[in-house]
Amino acid sequence: MIGVGKIKQYSNILDKPLSKGKQEVSLSAFAFLFSELVQYNQTQVDNIAELERRLEDAGYAVGARVLELLCHRDKGNRRETRLLGILSFVHSTVWKVLFGKVADSLEKGTEHEDEYMISEKELLVNKFISIPKDMGTFNCGAFVAGIVRGVLDGAGFPAVVTAHFVPMEGQQRPRTTILIKFAEEVLRREARLG
Amino acid sequence: MAAIYSLYIINKSGGLIFYKDYGSKGRMDTNDSLRVASLWHSMHAISQQLSPTTGCSGIELLEADTFDLHCFQSLTGTKFFVVCEPGTQHMEALLKIIYELYTDYVLKNPFYEMEMPIRCELFDINLTQAIQKDRVALSGR
Repeated sequence: MIGVGKIKQYSNILDKPLSKGKQEVSLSAFAFLFSELVQYNQTQVDNIAELERRLEDAGYAVGARVLELLCHRDKGNRRETRLLGILSFVHSTVWKVLFGKVADSLEKGTEHEDEYMISEKELLVNKFISIPKDMGTFNCGAFVAGIVRGVLDGAGFPAVVTAHFVPMEGQQRPRTTILIKFAEEVLRREARLG
Repeated sequence: MAAIYSLYIINKSGGLIFYKDYGSKGRMDTNDSLRVASLWHSMHAISQQLSPTTGCSGIELLEADTFDLHCFQSLTGTKFFVVCEPGTQHMEALLKIIYELYTDYVLKNPFYEMEMPIRCELFDINLTQAIQKDRVALSGR
């Protein structure tokens, strides 16, 4: 057989180098898969809050894994210990790998010390989704909020993360904000580190 | 000026799932639009049987003295048809664009039930933009 000798066979699968993988995935394929995920969860729950929680949990699993992968692949196994460090990691690296672009903006909350916001004009997961009027403030971006929570939890920065629609004047579609509220211990640790 | 009067989308069993009118002419109330939809669905099916040759896929263009009706049937049996002024050009291309918008903003929406009336905000917004663009392009020629 021609060419078989060219492939290096690894005796142990754990020795195989982690490939960069295919950089691009079909948007339609992802959109259909995500649509099915939402529809499946809708059949399992009675109310919207439960549905949001389930989407967040699904995202949490993704976030935990993405953190491990990116720490190994993109950051050379360096660990972020500072708040701003992990936030810019999420805002740039994680967003770039998952959605193909960095997030639109990262802001510090004005009312509370422990709140930060990542904003996006239109989340990729919401690109084809129109929320019916009777579902109120439900946002499928809860999945992305779960991903962020998974990354932050895994990195040692426990937080409560939620996704909100923020209506903008002059634009038909509201922008989406991922609101990150860090736990007490994170702020205390950050203050101690100076 | 060549213009679209109305757009209809019917599901594979002939029920109207989307109706929008764009002009002062050809405006219909709900019942009438439902009747036109099922009428067209039956005519389309009958024409497939009437054809002297095999492999007929149904009526694509109906020309009358006061209007033209262009119809596009997808592989799944969903029909998109547009009633327009006689002699309007490039309606087939517009119907293909509308079909693409349907596959994007209706079929990828988890809150849309198949074969039910379309109530998707994004579909409406993008449809309006497409029709607008088409209108501008037509008036430019």
